[in-house]
Amino acid sequence: MDVRLSPEQVALRDAAAQAVARLGPGTVAGLDDADRAARLDAAVVESGWRELRAGDDGGAPWASAVEVALVSEQLGRGCADAAFLGPVLAADLRRLAGAPESDESETVALTPDLGAPARAGGAAVAVDAFGPSTALLLADGDGGTTLATVDVAGRGAGADLTRPTTSVATAEARPVEGARPLAEDDLDRWTALTLAVTAADLVGAMAGAARLTVEYAKERAQYGKPIGSFQAVQHLLADTLVHVEGARSSALHAAWAVDALPAADAVAAAATAKAYASRAALAVCETAVQVHGGIGNTWECMAHVFLRRSLLSTDVLGGIGPNLDRVLRHAGIGGR
Amino acid sequence: MDFADSPEEAAFRERLRAWLADNNPKLGASSTTDEYWEAQPEWHRSLYQGGWFGLSWPEEYGGHGMPSVYDVILDDELANAGAPPRPSLGYLVQGILHHGNDDVKARFLPALISGDDRWCQGFSEPDAGSDLASLRTRAERDDDDYVITGHKVWTSYSDLADWCFLLARTDPDVPKHKGLSVFAVRMDQPGVEQRPLKMINGITREFGEVIFDGARVPAENMIGAPGEGWPLAMTIVSHEREPHELGFASRYRKTVNELQRRVAAEPERYDAEQRRALAWAMVEADMLQRHVSRRLSDRLGGIEHGPEGSIDKLLMTWVEQAVGHAALAVGGAAHDGSDDTDLRTYLYSRAQSVMGGTSQIQRNLIAWRILGLPAS
Repeated sequence: MDVRLSPEQVALRDAAAQAVARLGPGTVAGLDDADRAARLDAAVVESGWRELRAGDDGGAPWASAVEVALVSEQLGRGCADAAFLGPVLAADLRRLAGAPESDESETVALTPDLGAPARAGGAAVAVDAFGPSTALLLADGDGGTTLATVDVAGRGAGADLTRPTTSVATAEARPVEGARPLAEDDLDRWTALTLAVTAADLVGAMAGAARLTVEYAKERAQYGKPIGSFQAVQHLLADTLVHVEGARSSALHAAWAVDALPAADAVAAAATAKAYASRAALAVCETAVQVHGGIGNTWECMAHVFLRRSLLSTDVLGGIGPNLDRVLRHAGIGGR
Repeated sequence: MDFADSPEEAAFRERLRAWLADNNPKLGASSTTDEYWEAQPEWHRSLYQGGWFGLSWPEEYGGHGMPSVYDVILDDELANAGAPPRPSLGYLVQGILHHGNDDVKARFLPALISGDDRWCQGFSEPDAGSDLASLRTRAERDDDDYVITGHKVWTSYSDLADWCFLLARTDPDVPKHKGLSVFAVRMDQPGVEQRPLKMINGITREFGEVIFDGARVPAENMIGAPGEGWPLAMTIVSHEREPHELGFASRYRKTVNELQRRVAAEPERYDAEQRRALAWAMVEADMLQRHVSRRLSDRLGGIEHGPEGSIDKLLMTWVEQAVGHAALAVGGAAHDGSDDTDLRTYLYSRAQSVMGGTSQIQRNLIAWRILGLPAS
């Protein structure tokens, strides 16, 4: 056992951190800077991060879920407003189905509460809907569950100001050429990847919110002293770090498990991490709003951008409740 | 980045599993009965003689000189077997290793590690809890001895101890942090009175207080230099915050496994709220195992432990108290007079946010030493 990152993994993580530091929104006003967002998108395209889960000739992914999680955490930490989650999950679905790669703007469609992959004929929203593209969803085919695709009309909106969502018309779903039916194991693997990557995004978002808040507490003065010198505030901030570190340890294990453990065990590891991170992210982001005081309740403060991002990552394939149920089911204890 | 066993680790795990199949004393739940504590010294010696204790400590003192990641495997297998956790004395070993001279290390470490000698830790006093440096126990020089006078409290394992790892004031004329020294004091001598304290879960064999009234300790039993007591105490408490020095991960997993088995056997007996409490305990205990793996892997690269121990102490506390809540949710409070092991497990869990430095102290340390916030 040696769970240290390899030098290549450290380099990947640092490259993602640098891209986001240079081209991420930085501030709420920065979210409206279309030129900057386009440059961030171009940097993500250039990096090849969206193709990390595309398959080689033998059907194995180019990179393990650990690499995907490392990038995801850094994008979350900087509230990156560029497509990553959707394209990565779409590429993984195509790989699992043995389908040819799509153009890289393809994303995935989920049920409107984001709790499950969308199915043809049902209500659906596309995540990472930054512009006209396509979204993958599931359909009932001859040999079982198959892949279908629908058009995404344009840029969406939604709770997360950094990753738009939009409704898609699944009645017009078309079969994906060259895709074979997905086995239960395939869907479990994809579920594990989705939970692990969104858990990593939550770790990043809460780490970013915690960093923002500690910096603010050092600068903002009341009673003639920085508010970060008051024990009541210090204890809130200390807890944010504890949440981040616990969530990071669990999420790292989940990312490793996606490709290393049997599919059912990988889902359990990912559900463990996702439940932990969902609770932790909400606590940390709420602390961020609280410690920022009145400013924290205004649109201009980044605290709610982190909170909103966390709400989306939490809801993708479910937050606390569905994942605690997955953990129990894996232990042979059925749902309610 | 790999959580899986290397071939050497897998072989170690196999050997350990085989040994546990024959040597598991199958004691009841930890820290819930006095019988548990009476049987614990024998478990310590058995674990040591089997070659499973002190894995990462130096071979010359009875350890095995292995990377500390092996402790993760040990704790994992102890939990899987339902065996008792390993004895929690890594922090005393670390204190002596870091501060004792060669003579002190050679005299005290082998029997501490083997379990032949039992030790307690005399730090807290009735008027010196979180403000430990204000302690009043005096050690006054008298020829080749020091004479000890004072009152120690929350002294774990004092009833069985042969030795007390005692923090006392040797110089009252310097600032409070500078006048402290540490001694290895024999417990079986005149002037040492040990009184058990009954914990809120009813056990009497774990917790105690010790009155020193003219007890003597040879000057050569000082650990570290005169006045080195405070840095030594800080070494001890910083290691006392580390889950892997305590081996608590296996204790939590053992309890969770047991609760899980009970709920899985009769699922219809348990409602959604009880299952949810159990699920959180499973999630928390799993997190701690991964977290310890992460910390100990960092040490493979030579990263020494630092202020992040306070983060780990809080994580460990949250885990223990989630497990305590699960025990209470699943087992209930035994209002009908039936077996109250779950209630005892729950009540014991409340101590974790106090022992080894309260959660409030840990948060202060995180704020000052890690986040760089100014002291108020």
